Amino acid sequence: MTAKIYEPMSRRTLLGTAAATAGLATAASIVPFGVAIGAQAKVRIGILLPYSGTYAMLGNAITDGLKLRLAEAGGKLGGRDVEFVIVDSQMSVPKAPQNTQKLIAKEKVDFLVGPVHSGIAAAMAKIVGRAGNPIMIVPNAGSNAVTGPLCASNIFRTSFSNWQPAYPGGKVMADDGHKTAVTIAWKYGAGIQMMAAGKSSFEKAGGKVVKDIQVPFPSVEFQANLSEIAALKPDAVFAFFSGGGAVKFVKDYAAAGLKEKIPLYGPGFLTEGVSMAQGAAAEGIKTTLHYADNLDNAANKAFRAGYKKMYGKEANVFSVQGYDTGSLLLIAMDAVKGDSGAKKAMIAAMEKAKIASPRGDISFSAAHNVVQDIYLRKVVKGHQNLMGVVAKQLADPARGCRLA
Amino acid sequence: MDLTAFLIQVLNGVQYGFLLFLVASGLTLIFGIMGIINLAHGAFFMIGAYLAYSLTALVGNFFIAVVVGLFAMVAIGYLIERFAISFLYRRDHLYQVLLTYGLILVFNELQKIIWGTDFHSVPVPALLAGSVPLGSTQSYPIYRFFISLVCLAIAAGMYLVIARTRLGMMIRAGAWDREVVQTLGINIGRLFAIVFSLGAALAAFAGMIGAPVSSVYPGMGDQVLIISFVVVVIGGIGSVKGAFIGAMLIGLGDTFGKVLVPNLASFVVYALMAAVLLWRPQGLFGRGT
Amino acid sequence: MSAGSGTLRQSRAIAGLLGLAVLGFAIFPWLGGEYYIDLLIKVMILGIFAMSLDLLIGYTGLISFGHAAFFGLTGYVLVMVTPEAGSISVWLALPACLIAAALVAVVIGWMSIRTSGIYFIMLTLALAQMLYYFFNDSTRYGGSDGTFIASRPSVSIGSLRLLDLSDRITLYYVVLASLVGTFVLLLVLLRAPFGQVIQAIRANEARTRALGFAVQNYKLASFVIAGALAGFAGFLEATHTGIISPAHLSWHESGMVMIMVILGGMGTLYGAVLGAFILVFLQEFLQDMTEHWQLAMGLVIIVVVLVLPKGVAGMIKRLESTLGNRHKARVSAVEAGDG
Repeated sequence: MTAKIYEPMSRRTLLGTAAATAGLATAASIVPFGVAIGAQAKVRIGILLPYSGTYAMLGNAITDGLKLRLAEAGGKLGGRDVEFVIVDSQMSVPKAPQNTQKLIAKEKVDFLVGPVHSGIAAAMAKIVGRAGNPIMIVPNAGSNAVTGPLCASNIFRTSFSNWQPAYPGGKVMADDGHKTAVTIAWKYGAGIQMMAAGKSSFEKAGGKVVKDIQVPFPSVEFQANLSEIAALKPDAVFAFFSGGGAVKFVKDYAAAGLKEKIPLYGPGFLTEGVSMAQGAAAEGIKTTLHYADNLDNAANKAFRAGYKKMYGKEANVFSVQGYDTGSLLLIAMDAVKGDSGAKKAMIAAMEKAKIASPRGDISFSAAHNVVQDIYLRKVVKGHQNLMGVVAKQLADPARGCRLA
Repeated sequence: MDLTAFLIQVLNGVQYGFLLFLVASGLTLIFGIMGIINLAHGAFFMIGAYLAYSLTALVGNFFIAVVVGLFAMVAIGYLIERFAISFLYRRDHLYQVLLTYGLILVFNELQKIIWGTDFHSVPVPALLAGSVPLGSTQSYPIYRFFISLVCLAIAAGMYLVIARTRLGMMIRAGAWDREVVQTLGINIGRLFAIVFSLGAALAAFAGMIGAPVSSVYPGMGDQVLIISFVVVVIGGIGSVKGAFIGAMLIGLGDTFGKVLVPNLASFVVYALMAAVLLWRPQGLFGRGT
Repeated sequence: MSAGSGTLRQSRAIAGLLGLAVLGFAIFPWLGGEYYIDLLIKVMILGIFAMSLDLLIGYTGLISFGHAAFFGLTGYVLVMVTPEAGSISVWLALPACLIAAALVAVVIGWMSIRTSGIYFIMLTLALAQMLYYFFNDSTRYGGSDGTFIASRPSVSIGSLRLLDLSDRITLYYVVLASLVGTFVLLLVLLRAPFGQVIQAIRANEARTRALGFAVQNYKLASFVIAGALAGFAGFLEATHTGIISPAHLSWHESGMVMIMVILGGMGTLYGAVLGAFILVFLQEFLQDMTEHWQLAMGLVIIVVVLVLPKGVAGMIKRLESTLGNRHKARVSAVEAGDG
């Protein structure tokens, strides 16, 4: 007599087996396929930007700007079709090396565009900044180090260095007659570098910074610091926050009744892309940045109209940075007529590039950072309106870069 | 720091503490009564904020939006409890941590899909706009006083419910010994569903009334989550009174930490927690393991 | 049918599978491309990390939600000991990292082990967060942006260079050897009296204490060993990528490694490595498929928790015993003259 002494496969085991099979199939897919190589193969642009989390808006704006520019050029770079390989950086520094390697070694992209986060930029620059690697264009991360100690011949930046938009702001405060100021920003790379820049120009113009307030990053509880500012009674406040923090800070600042008594200044990120959310609290705030919504040049008018048409949204400085990245790519590929292997020639063309950008004329310094005008803007009905030019063709000092 | 400045900072700390209490109270209830570690609590907070944003835009009135949002959140909480959490009651805490972690990923992505990645704002209702001057330079927004009042009312309400009603009795009994409660014929499943929905609604409510003084953006739940766990652990798991005291402690600690020792501000909060737990491992009002 | 022979066959079968896996890993660099070699290095490092957590969760019954603290800490220690120019010897760097991790584990462990259950989980989380904020708020090592490590440790005796850790293939084999070594070490530890005691603690702490064992000391020892091993994984990770940031210590990392242990199957050391492998490749796979991969990932985690509590290793064991029992049924049927 045979007794059935095996247990029938339960549903759980079946589901588990299916999962394992899927896993094994995945493992099987690791056998890499050969990439089709040919002169008419598509140009692969790898993008490492945040598409989730707090700065997802920036990632999307930069990508939108880039795609708009390439669409305007007929969707071709140097006569070849373009293919984007997009990786969500998730603002994660631990994952940055793997994500960068994925684009360079697995996807074998011809160009690398990214990131937003300065820590990730450092990780990427370390991996990419060597001969034989693709050309990398940084469309946002402002860390001074990227065109400083970490600079490399194949790394360009179309956005800004933390020093650039902040430095003229200090002098603006002094010119408005303010003698004492308090600086406040998150305690991280960008915050520290921007505040240092603003402070140096303010003090050079005769002002005095009575206190530097550093808010732990990314805390958005500002009440304690606002009360501190109220007690210190400076003439003005120089602040840097961005994204959700900027919205809350500006709103809290106005709600605490400080807006009328102690004018608020800062790099444009305080109000860029968030002034709609800030509402009346942002009205009248003066900031310095390398872009203003109503810049009166042909490129800007066409750009804003085209952006609105394609995406139904208003463009901001991040869109412009993406847009100009597209322009730089076009210059590079046109110079070599589509031969993406001719890196030296492309780099030479990019170094000499002069672009009529929506933000005005831009070019690149020896350290490959963008050289641009810095504008004074004022928030009027939610728009960043131009008040004047505070610095013409400002180049970052690029301390520590061996190219400069 | 002179007296006025000191008092203003105390006010800041207390007001922050109130908001923390609102979020932490839901968490401590779920923890204490159901024994569930709910990592998705921050996500509930975020959902509340986004609901406030959408509903206010839709309905035009903030208060109506909050009420509608509350009903929505209770329903959402109930569904999550029935279809995911209820399978974990008899399981190890580990599985709860992981399941609710998975829920965070799901909710974050759903939020992105439904609402997009832009930053949003909820306008302060006109009735409560305006500020009260405090000292020579600073004024305090009336709306923040309103938040504190609401939190106080909810704290009082919760105390009454838990100490004076049948439901409160069942909650306290369930926190003490689940099985005995069941043998007494009380439908523990229904009790848990109520508690979970209540907890979720509390977190969402905090997100809703906090939205006008904050901003609404992707991932806003993450920060709130960890700090609420700290509050709950300091106060003692399952104790609403403990959550209140813990929240005040953290609110004041964070506020004064930022002003007095700015380099160590975040550290201070955790050092406080470590100190309390070294003295009383089960938290200030906890019942012990 | 004796349970003994069943488990023995199981162990032999699983040992065979593991041996094959190691062989597969060993020959992979000749087959695979640069990217996948890098990816496997990451998987192996995470495998060491996950095994160290399995020692705590699966064998000692201590659910630590702050294990990433040790993983990230050694990265920072490496930054501290690596000079701006030149390089530090691995014979100095590695012990420094391990000792630092062990010391911090003693402190965190001692504080946490006084509690248990939920409180233990929360306390380990909070203490790890303290460490996270310590590095996040400091300006010395790059704050929240993190920093990079100037050079990799040099492996040499005197002036004779033994290994070049900046060569990818060399590093691959060093990490593979570390993975196998850690596995063997833990296996030996668990078979030894020490390991028996901590498993007894997991099964029934009160009874173990009643038997006269100093339970708290055993728990602490287990915690410190796990912390040191996690620190070892962190050392390898920092050597591999050359960067460190506070995010390496965050609760997200702690959560991820927990998922690996559960997914793979806790209480089986190889399950942890399997979990690391599956999770990394699952993420690769999902990211290539859809931009909403986080949603898919979350759903996978939820499904695994609900459906596969013993993880994939548990499923393999069940498959194993199912097949084994069927075999036995056939054998006994033949012997009984039927079939």
